[in-house]
This record gives sequence, C-alpha cells and structure tokens, in this order.
Amino acid sequence: MTATKAPTEPPAQQRTVRRPGDRIFAGSAKGSGIFILLVLAGVAVFLISEALPAITASSEDIPGGEGLAAYIGPLVLGTLLGAVLALLVATPLAVGIALYITYYAPRRIAAVLGYVIDLLAAIPSVVYGFWGLAVVAPKLVPFHQWAADTLGFIPFFAGPASTSGRTMFTVGLVLAVMILPIISAISREVFSQAPALHREAALALGATRWEMIKMAVLPYGKSGVIAGAMLGLGRALGETMAVAIILSGGAGATLNLISNSNPSTIASNIALSFPEATGLDINTLIASGLVLFLITLVVNMLARWVVNRRADFSGAN
Amino acid sequence: MSTETPLAPAGASTAAPTPGPVRTQRRLPRFAPAGLFLGGLVVGGLLSAVTGFSLVLAIIYGVVLGTLAVYVVSRSVEGRRKATDRLVTSLVTSAFGIAMVPLLSLVYTVLDRGLARLDGAFFTNSMYRVVGEGGGAYHAILGTVIITMLTALIAVPIGLLTAIYLVEYGTGRLKKAITFFVDVMTGIPSIVAGLFAFALFTLLFGNAIRLGLMGSVALAVLMIPVVVRSCEEVLKLVPNELREASYALGVPKWRTIVKVVLPTAIAGLGTGITLAVARVIGETAPLLITVGLITGTNLNPFDGRMATLPVYAYYQLTQPGTATQAFVDRAWTAALVLIILVMALNVVARLISHFFAPKTGR
Amino acid sequence: MAKRIEVSDLNIYYGNFRAVEGVNVSIEPRSITALIGPSGCGKSTFLRSINRMHEVLPGARVEGKVVMDGQDLYGSDVDPVDVRRSIGMVFQRPNPFPTMSIYDNVIAGNRLNSKRMRKAETDELVEKSLRGANLWNEVKDRLDRPGSGLSGGQQQRLCIARAIAVEPDVLLMDEPCSALDPISTLAIEDLMTELKERFTIVIVTHNMQQAARVSESTGFFNLNGVGQPGRLIEFNPTEKIFSNPDEKATEDYISGRFG
Repeated sequence: MTATKAPTEPPAQQRTVRRPGDRIFAGSAKGSGIFILLVLAGVAVFLISEALPAITASSEDIPGGEGLAAYIGPLVLGTLLGAVLALLVATPLAVGIALYITYYAPRRIAAVLGYVIDLLAAIPSVVYGFWGLAVVAPKLVPFHQWAADTLGFIPFFAGPASTSGRTMFTVGLVLAVMILPIISAISREVFSQAPALHREAALALGATRWEMIKMAVLPYGKSGVIAGAMLGLGRALGETMAVAIILSGGAGATLNLISNSNPSTIASNIALSFPEATGLDINTLIASGLVLFLITLVVNMLARWVVNRRADFSGAN
Repeated sequence: MSTETPLAPAGASTAAPTPGPVRTQRRLPRFAPAGLFLGGLVVGGLLSAVTGFSLVLAIIYGVVLGTLAVYVVSRSVEGRRKATDRLVTSLVTSAFGIAMVPLLSLVYTVLDRGLARLDGAFFTNSMYRVVGEGGGAYHAILGTVIITMLTALIAVPIGLLTAIYLVEYGTGRLKKAITFFVDVMTGIPSIVAGLFAFALFTLLFGNAIRLGLMGSVALAVLMIPVVVRSCEEVLKLVPNELREASYALGVPKWRTIVKVVLPTAIAGLGTGITLAVARVIGETAPLLITVGLITGTNLNPFDGRMATLPVYAYYQLTQPGTATQAFVDRAWTAALVLIILVMALNVVARLISHFFAPKTGR
Repeated sequence: MAKRIEVSDLNIYYGNFRAVEGVNVSIEPRSITALIGPSGCGKSTFLRSINRMHEVLPGARVEGKVVMDGQDLYGSDVDPVDVRRSIGMVFQRPNPFPTMSIYDNVIAGNRLNSKRMRKAETDELVEKSLRGANLWNEVKDRLDRPGSGLSGGQQQRLCIARAIAVEPDVLLMDEPCSALDPISTLAIEDLMTELKERFTIVIVTHNMQQAARVSESTGFFNLNGVGQPGRLIEFNPTEKIFSNPDEKATEDYISGRFG
C-alpha cells in the first residue's frame, strides 16, 4: 500500500513545532529510563565505595584473620555448591514438567497445571526456609546416612553424616524446588512456540509423540531451556533466607555435602552476620556482596546473550 | 494429543499382524499401561514395607518399578519405538508428580503449624513487652503494608514511565542500553539490593541509620525491573491503529498516550503491577539488614526501625526465647499470613485482568 | 468550510529513500477526488502527507508545498497536530476506541483535547455527527454501549462520525471500504455523496468501479519501475479518466492490462 523502505538516520529532520506538553511528558519518560541506568551504576559505585576499606585493609583486620580472599573464598565455594546442585536437580525436572504441561497433559487442565506450578514461585523464600528446616531436613537424615555408608568414597558424600539434616545437600534440594518454576515457565513458553508446521510434519511421517518432540520441539527449545536454567542459577546463587535458616554453616571450604560442617553462602553469611556487625566487619560483608553481585551479573548477562544469539538461528519467534 | 491410530482390534494383544496395504501393529490394551504402573506401585510398597516402611521410599520404588514394567511389556508387545514413547510419557508424568510433592507438603506444613495461632490476638497485638505466650504480629503486618506501599510509590511511576519511554518514544542506543540493563537488574540478588540501600544511606547519613525508607528503596530496586518488563509487554499489545486514530483527530502524542493507550492497557498494567507487589512483599533479606526489627509498633517509615512480617517470622523461629513453642507457633502463623497475603494479591491480579479488560459488549 | 488544497512539486522521503516524486495537483472543495493505482505506488503515502500523518514514522519528511486555502501546511511555524485538527482521516480498518462508548467515541476528538463543552452541546454534536454518518437511527438507543460492539460497516460509519465531529475542512479516506462487505460499502458510498456537500473529500481506493461511481476527479499513481518513486501520472475529471485518458499507462491500468 505505501512505499516504505527501512530508514536510516534522516539527513534533514522535518522542521516542526514541539508542544510543551509533549516535551515535558517525553522528557519524564526518557528521564525515568536514564534514572534506571543511574541506579544500576549507583549500585556498583556504592558497593565498591563501601567495600573499599575492606579491600585495602591488612589481613589481620579481616574477620578470620587471614585476609579478604581467605574469607570470601569458602563462601564462594558454598554459594556455587548449593546453586549448582540445585540446577542439576531442577533442570531435568523442569524440562519434564514443561513437556508434560505442553504436550502430555489433557488440554483442558493444562492451563490450571501451569498455574499450580507457578504457585511455587509465589511462596516467599523465608517460608521455604521454614519448610526446609522443619520437614525436609529431618526427612533426609536416612538418605544422608545411606549416602555416607554406600557412596562415602566420593568426596561429596564423605561422612560423617549429619544427624540433623541441616546440610548443603538439603539446601541444594530446597533451592531446586525454588528455581523449578522459573526454568519450567521459560521452558513451557519455548516448547509451546515450536512451529506447528514442523510438529505436524513429524507426525505426518509417523513419528510417536516422543519422536515428534525430539525432532521438532527440543531443537527449538534448547536455547530457551539454557536461558531459563541460567536465570534459575542466578536466582539460586543469590538466595538468602532459605539457606540462612536451614544451613548450619560457618565451617571452611569443603566439598562434603552431607556432614555437619558446611561452608556458608555469601548471601546467607551476610544475612546472619550483618545485624551484629560493626566497623570493618560491615565493609567485609559488603565486599563479599560485591563479589556475589559480579557473579550473578556475569551469569545473567550470559543468559541474555545465549537467548539473543540463538534467537537468530532458532527460527522460532 | 494422541498419535495412536488403532488399526489392530483393541484388547486383542495376541492378534498376529495382518497383511495389507497399511502395516498394522500389535498394541497394548488401553488400560494396560496404567494397570502395569499401579502394579509397580503395589510391589514397591511391599518392598519398602519389607525393608522398613517409609512412604517416600515406597513411592520411589513404585514409580521406578512401574515405569520399568510398562517399558518392558510394551517393548515386547509393541516394539522399540512405541516402548520408548511410553517410557518418556511415564518419566514426564512422574516429573510432574514429583513437583507436586513439595508444593503439597509445604502447603500442608504451613497450614498445620500455622493454624495454632491464627486467632484475633495475633492480629491485634504486637510483641511489646511480651516474653513468652501471647503477643502477635500487629506491628509487623502494618509495617509490611506501609513499607510495601512506599515501595510501590517509588517503583511504579519510574517503572511505568520507563516502559512508556521504551514503547512509545525509545530509539537507538539509549533504548537498547535501557532494555539490556533492565534485564540485568532483574537478576540482582535481594541481599545485594539491601546492601545498596544500606550503603547509600550510610554515605548520606552515617553508619547507624536504620529506616523503613531504606527498606523501601531496596525493595524498589527489586520491583522496578519487574514493573518495566510487564508494563512494556502490555503496552506493546495496544494496537497501533488506535494511536493512529487519535493522531488523525489532531491529538498530541502525550495526550494520546495518557488518554488512549494507557486506558486501553489498564487491565494488563494493573495485573502486572499487582504481581510485582506480590513478588517483593515476601522479601526478607533486604529488610533484615536495613530495617531491622522492633518489638513495639512504629508506623513511621522515616524514623527508625520498623517491624515487618517476613523479618518477624524469621526472628521468631531462629531466636526463640525460653518459651520456645510460643515463638515457633507465632513464626509459623506469620508464615501462613504471608502466604495468604501473596496468594490474595495473585488472585486480585487475575480479577483485575478479568474485569477491567475492554469489553466488546455484544 | 470545505477548502481547496493545492499541492506543488511534492516529494516525500523516508530517510534517504524517495517514495513519491514531484506531485502537482489541485483538489477542489466540495467534491470527491479519488486516487487510484497499483499497490505500493505511493497513493496512501501521498494521502498521509496531506494531514502530515506520515510523520508518525520516524525519518519521514517532505519537500515541496501543500497549501490549503492559502496556508502552507508545512510552514516552519505550523504544528502537525493543528493540521490534523482541520484535516480528518478515516482508515482502512475501523478503529473505534475500545475503552469508550459510542457516544464517547464520537466526541473523542473534542474530549481528548480537553475542549470544555456542556452536556447539551455534546449531545447536539453527537446527534449531528451520527446523523451525518447515517448511523443515528441504528445506535440512538445504545449510545452508552462500547464502540467495538458494532458490526464492521457500523464501526466504520462510527469512525466517520468521529472524524466529522471535529468539523474539519477536509476528509481523507484511506481505502475505507476494503475491509467491509458490499452492502456496507454501498452505504458508505452513499454517505460520501452526501458528505461532499460539506467537506472536501479525498479517497484512496483499489476499487476502480468505486472511484468511477463516487468521484468528480481522479488521480492515477504509478511506479516507473521497481525501486523507483511513485508519481502522479494523470489527474483529470473522472469521466475523462475512465473513457478517454490522456496517458497510455492510465489506459492500460483501467483496462486491466496490469495492476
């Protein structure tokens, strides 16, 4: 109908009158956008400025007496242990759930089921902590015992098994439940957007339902699942309250998932120590927060990059 | 979606393949898979009973045995491809079942332990001068409401205006930068947002400051990106023809946005904002380190610490006094109230989108 | 109230790309002018440049003059918003505002610009506009119902009522009937014949028979080749265009040899 070609920046703008109302409104909208950029910059700047005293202090002044790296190191390990375990458990489950809701469940209740899974995301993390402490930890004690007995040769399961169940393993499982809805929601979205054309082509060739999924759905959904998994990972890395409540931490770096001495995570350490901290302790905690911020930043940016990169190839819109 | 085309007579699992233009296959009767699975469950239960009964183990054994049974039988009767298909169906259905377990367990636990103190006294008393029995969360509930409202007051205008910028005005590099960093912002851990608020206020007011406002600032940092994302999606859905119709009537752009675009999108905007509030209302970590907790009632977010429901629940559970059970009871009830609040907000969000969507009135 | 429009040497650009080239035409008041031609040859672009709607797309600009009764619409002190208040537009697909009732839709042009009017005045305006659009009898009992609850033809007449309620001098219509059934199309064509007593009407249409039926003058747009700008090939009284056109290209198009 109209002849249009993609315009680049025009050499000459149409000279025109700008109304004051437009200028004010457009200005505030743009200003809000810029404000957000400032806030993000502010987070980085303020964190760095408050962490600086700890970074430049001498090693004896840092809690633990051995310097900042020795303080933060075990915390990073703890953070990663819990988050990675959660990711390993949650991702296959989430993919299975997403497939179930999009292609296996009866059509009429599929929407309801999706809503039910999303309920898991609505529950506050402090309540997950309560549940983990009161129900999950005690229930897992037999497993801890069994793991120490039968799998004790693996460093992750070296004993002695905790008698309270308040271990990194339990935390990992609870975190898995918490990040399940995120991964599942994104997976559901990409699975349902697999082009009907390709799905029907597979079925017309006589494929079973699983073969159709393998051929026509999973290739399109791969990048979405990865992105969802990374977002879930980011969430697990930053989770505070559930860990703070369940874990009996405070030990140094260890890979042992099932014993009574577990490393804390950065976030839960901050939550537990901050209220009573003074002076350089506060700066140290903020420095550890900065490290966490950087880690989650990298993970999230990677996730966005994965999505954007494959969006060009996947053919799904 | 069923891919099954029964060519062989159903129920006759012993019929030999018949020759003809379309190759037929033997098929399991319709209820065979379910029956086999059930059988597996029963055997699993018996097995677990033998080795020291535990419900969890029984279910695990049952699911594994049932899946195996279905696969083996199907493979021998229907062939490899169909068997694999049935195997995946079992796995996928089990995945969903497994996900239901924590949800049901959690809801049951909170209800079971929280109902004890769900009484009037809980809602009308604070913890002022209470060392054992009695007391309540009056101060905490009000604190949560006040701080959350203050958060929304900060986050909604900024988030909505930014979304409007991105959809209606944004071009080029600034738009890309804002979009990217809003995405990044959605991933900020809640504790980091709390640290930011702490650092900001400390730089301005010194080290000992604790304010309700600090908590609102921290929560706003968490809420803004959620508001921006969902409002942006909703505004993009408003058809461009409506904007054109308004321009053609000689209406300036800003009025078009305010009087045509926003009212058309109001249902989606309301839903998105309500869900964003539900997201932050349960956040504990930032409040823990910025607002702290008090036992009495403070309704002024600009003056000293306040009590909030999540922090209240946390301390009641992890730092009980000597009358431990009373504290624990209060903690669980607070958790229950928190969940009810969040669920209520979710329901309100759905009602908004249902009742305020533009009607067609046929 | 209806005004004459004189276009001199108008070139329309999107960024660096020239979409329409060198248009010279004079549009008579109180008449219907039809613009015809194959797809993508610039008719709608030209139409939109009359009320400066094309500027909604970033990078769009014009060179040349569009003068309405002596006033240059593209003067440096002229606000496009004001131009659109005196030149109304009806679009291809009916687009009543979904959040407003029929009543509110008709006076939307005034309301959205915060013109203060008393209830008696707005009632009068609504009735006058709906009568002018031949819609009054069908909706007078349900003015408070949503605008989107009407049939396609009724919605389009509602949009016409909305456009004439601001009492413009010129009414532009961009393929107003292409989304409607034949009966509604006829109703709107009859409407146009009535409206031309009060307004100058310019209509873009794909339907040559429609152009032949309703218009006094017709302009034929065409492209010289792929990637070339659109041009106004011929502009003449309708009768001449359809029986004895000056240009061969026009005759080829009319007789269906291309397009």
